[in-house]
Amino acid sequence: MKELVVISGKGGTGKTSLMAAFASLAENKVMCDADVDAADLHLLMDPDIMEKHDFQGGGTAVIDPDRCTACGLCRDLCRFDAISENFEVDPIECEGCGVCVDFCPEDAIDFPVKTCGEWFISNTRFGSMVHARLGIAEENSGKLVTLVRQEAKKLAENTQSDLLITDGPPGVGCPVIASLGGAAAVLIVAEPTVSGLHDMERVAQLAAHFKVPGMVCVNKFDLNPDQTDAIENLARENNITTVGRIPFDPVFTEAMVKGQTVLEYAGNSKVRNTISEIWLRVKNKLAL
Amino acid sequence: MIISVASGKGGTGKTTVATNLAVSIESDIQLLDCDVEEPNAHLFLNPVMEQKKTVYAPVPEIDETKCNFCKKCAQICRFKAIAIIKETVLTFPELCHSCGGCMAICPEKAITETGRELGVVEIGRRNHIGFVHGRLRVGEAMSPPLIREVRSHTRSDQPAIIDAPPGTSCPVIAAMRRTDFVLMVTEPTPFGLHDLKLAVEAVKLLGIPRGLVINRSDIGDDGVRAYAEKENLPVLMEIPFDRGIAEAYSKGKLVVEEMPEWNEPFRTLYLKIQEIVG
Repeated sequence: MKELVVISGKGGTGKTSLMAAFASLAENKVMCDADVDAADLHLLMDPDIMEKHDFQGGGTAVIDPDRCTACGLCRDLCRFDAISENFEVDPIECEGCGVCVDFCPEDAIDFPVKTCGEWFISNTRFGSMVHARLGIAEENSGKLVTLVRQEAKKLAENTQSDLLITDGPPGVGCPVIASLGGAAAVLIVAEPTVSGLHDMERVAQLAAHFKVPGMVCVNKFDLNPDQTDAIENLARENNITTVGRIPFDPVFTEAMVKGQTVLEYAGNSKVRNTISEIWLRVKNKLAL
Repeated sequence: MIISVASGKGGTGKTTVATNLAVSIESDIQLLDCDVEEPNAHLFLNPVMEQKKTVYAPVPEIDETKCNFCKKCAQICRFKAIAIIKETVLTFPELCHSCGGCMAICPEKAITETGRELGVVEIGRRNHIGFVHGRLRVGEAMSPPLIREVRSHTRSDQPAIIDAPPGTSCPVIAAMRRTDFVLMVTEPTPFGLHDLKLAVEAVKLLGIPRGLVINRSDIGDDGVRAYAEKENLPVLMEIPFDRGIAEAYSKGKLVVEEMPEWNEPFRTLYLKIQEIVG
């Protein structure tokens, strides 16, 4: 079983729409939505939730006013300015380090574990999918990414699937790093803009840093053919395989409005051939 | 007045709105790009950079000549950044959240702090715009401390615009906290709406006034408008899809410079925000 992670660096390049299209073409696979901050894949997959689990993050400090003597030690120690002058903890600022809990001479600080999200195993018309919802303004998104990937991997192995296809988060920080470890390859969906090129370069460096082989496809390539060339040149210089170009086409948005993959919505269009060819190249690269 | 520009979903036009808004206003203003994972505003503003500094997060360094391997540091660390195996102390600086707990608890005073490089902050200028951005080191996981560092350069004598990262978790909270207004940028599609709802819930939690810019306003469906109406989220500006805008963006050009007729709508947007903030 091999895992392909679809990432983009920059958000909004068409990562989820393409990932869903590839998932509709791939056989014998499990899908995973690792963009737990702003998960969108379920909007195209209409999942039937079979299993639902809580995601426990770390603890958050809570000061018991009856036991607190206002000595101020916790405020002195807290490096996150999470404790107010009235000795109340701001749960948004609290980093969950627990230093105040351990040092409080009155034992007045509790450290309850927070449920900060949920994760699901679902059935869809394209097979099984593991996805999650991180609570609003919560931390630990990297931990939840790791969890959904582990669960998806387990499911793929138990069902003897050949492929796990994962929709990754944007950026290069904690959730993206959590989505790369152990992947067979990443597919970077880039857009031909100065930002797209800049962000693709950073995410390509990240994939190289973690020694995950990379592929790139350029979406909306005709918006700026010069930038498309620049992205593909950059890819070649960095040993990243170029797997194809997709033209700008409003059918992507129209399909999304209908809750369908672009291949379901525009089954006979040119886009279908383009995406199918790209998928073949990705499959070959993965040796599937 | 500090305005943060946020979106939930990536690629909806946050940077376009933040940069064009800053350029259209003719008085002194700051632009702080807090999307430190993928900073892009400089590509459009081309500021002249005047200062660059590397930012570090404090991480423990253990003096093994003083350490008696009591394990208190490993026990207090909730991020598993210190392990003690027999008479060896292992630190994992990339897991450290810089809470200082290990240093505070060590009875032998064997722990001091050294730095893990988070990235750089660059400070520059373009005409009336004071520019600051952060660039997370590739391979570094934690962006909030670098975002806080960028924000520490906010001046109190000028308005400021913050370009926030996408999402709804800690980095975007670090960028939006204690700002006076959140300008949310979305596109009227199911993905745009879904992520906008999450972002609005985050802004509500922070208790900050908010308004909406609908970008590519003529694509997609009516879901975003219906939601905005139900939520009393004022639609402050609409930008229709225009291949000209998309191509200008792709080249790193500013809309208000390529199409000067856009200056007025951006200035009006600023006035509307001023009115709401009061």
